[in-house]
Amino acid sequence: MKTFHGRPVVPGSARAEALVSHGGVNTLASFQKALLMSDRKAPCSDANNPDLYGKPMARKALCLPRTIGSTTGGLVLYCATALHSQPACLLFSEPIDSLAAAGAILSEVWVDGESMPTVDGLGEEFLTYVKSGMTLVVAPDGTVTVED
Amino acid sequence: MEPRMTLTPEQRGILDGEKGETLAKVMKTLVMYGETFGAERMVPVTGEHGHLVTSFGLSVMKPLYALMDQLIAAGAVSKRTFTVDPRPMDPNVPANLLQTVFFKVMYSQQAAYEAQLGRLGLLGDDAYTCACYQDEVGNIPKPGDVLSWAESSAVVYANSVLGARCNRNSGILELFGGILGFVPEFGLLTDEGRRASWVVEVRTSEKPEAQLLGSAIGMQVQESVPYIEGLSAFLGTELDEANRAFLKDMGAATASNGAVGLYHVDGLTPEAKALGTSLVRPDAKVYVVDDAELRRVKASYPDLWKKPDARPKLCFVGCPHLSRAQLDEWTGRLEAALSAAGRRKVAVPTVFTAAPAVLARFRETPAAARLAAMGVVLSSICPLMYMNNPMCHDLPVLTNSNKLRTYSTSRYATDAEILAALSKGGR
Repeated sequence: MKTFHGRPVVPGSARAEALVSHGGVNTLASFQKALLMSDRKAPCSDANNPDLYGKPMARKALCLPRTIGSTTGGLVLYCATALHSQPACLLFSEPIDSLAAAGAILSEVWVDGESMPTVDGLGEEFLTYVKSGMTLVVAPDGTVTVED
Repeated sequence: MEPRMTLTPEQRGILDGEKGETLAKVMKTLVMYGETFGAERMVPVTGEHGHLVTSFGLSVMKPLYALMDQLIAAGAVSKRTFTVDPRPMDPNVPANLLQTVFFKVMYSQQAAYEAQLGRLGLLGDDAYTCACYQDEVGNIPKPGDVLSWAESSAVVYANSVLGARCNRNSGILELFGGILGFVPEFGLLTDEGRRASWVVEVRTSEKPEAQLLGSAIGMQVQESVPYIEGLSAFLGTELDEANRAFLKDMGAATASNGAVGLYHVDGLTPEAKALGTSLVRPDAKVYVVDDAELRRVKASYPDLWKKPDARPKLCFVGCPHLSRAQLDEWTGRLEAALSAAGRRKVAVPTVFTAAPAVLARFRETPAAARLAAMGVVLSSICPLMYMNNPMCHDLPVLTNSNKLRTYSTSRYATDAEILAALSKGGR
């Protein structure tokens, strides 16, 4: 068991299986096919991201350095949350970027009954230590515990 | 909520609900957004017009339309008129029956969404373009203007080439800033946030392809601000039409292949001209781009064509939308290439995209008829929205846009490769 401490951008609790991207996640490219096809598992459709491509993102603890790409990014995350296909939480090794922050905050303020706790600044070691498939527990104070 | 940032009495009143629950939520969103990035206050939006990224009435994006309805019902409309990204459909763009039917189903909310945009402050019926800063369109911020825009290619252009100040805002948040008339002050709105943490040394043997160079820079520096040296050897030091078009295309690739919101080009862009290398942070990292690096980057793109050796069935040029000068240039280059190949018409169905106002002016010139005679379709569509149609995923599409490549199954080709394919029908 190992713990990491970050900043809760949107505080909350979550327990989910990790899905790790070592490169920046292109939000539009990753979610667009799922949104188009109303696929609630949200399989990643970004062929440029070998870590995530084809893997379901919904209800996973999405671990990433940052998001990149189109400024629809926040809107896409908001729609994913409102359509119940968002990741269980967003865990950033780096300081959060403006598009991901927008998506997390829009989800928090404008979507009732759903949550996507978001923590940033977990540090470089977070992404080297955590592997896809591990179980992560997120606490409201920004503590992330790796269970296995 | 109890804000950490300093709000004026008016802003605090909005947050506390004095102007209704919906505006309070709009305010809360912007306060949370600003505080995440250490903003200590809100600053007025000074740009004359806004620019929105969401132009498509995608049937599944019901949460967006519900939110828009909520804003309209509360009278929370933009204080400024705005332009918006291109429309997703155009009957002039080649599509088979199945694709056409799917377009209508996919974008079934288009008319209703456009009506919402009209009520929220859309500049006009022809305000649909990603390159809103073209002279013909007229949404041209002044140096130092504070903007509440989205659309990554427009934001990076406004910051870098025009010297305006805008963060890489997300869709919806750009509208919120327009509604309230102020935005949180952080990042690219501040002098410190506009300093470069990367120096890019361009050492190529010839002028690089704008969208390939932009892709390489974006992939390397991600969301950082790069200071680009060596480029003025090819571009000179004047922001003329040709250079503005080059920077438009390069910037779009930096913003989509990475997350660049501002770049400086030594000796060319306004802040680099005024402040020079004092814009570079002392601990800036260095990235060298030479011919080998550009070859490496191009070779790294995944090929998503179902049959890699297929002949292209469609070609898109104009993502981001072309300028008038680019339309003229492509007309001349294509004529020369077809003439050399002994052809009169393009060998691949081809669509050139530009803003409605740019196309209107272009159609007044003889070049438009020459282009039409070569079989090229002119459109103001968003090529990405076209490619989003699942019935188009298996279509072997060529493009010189690294942005379109990133978000679709299309294959990137340099301008020379595009001309060869259009004139010789090659793969």
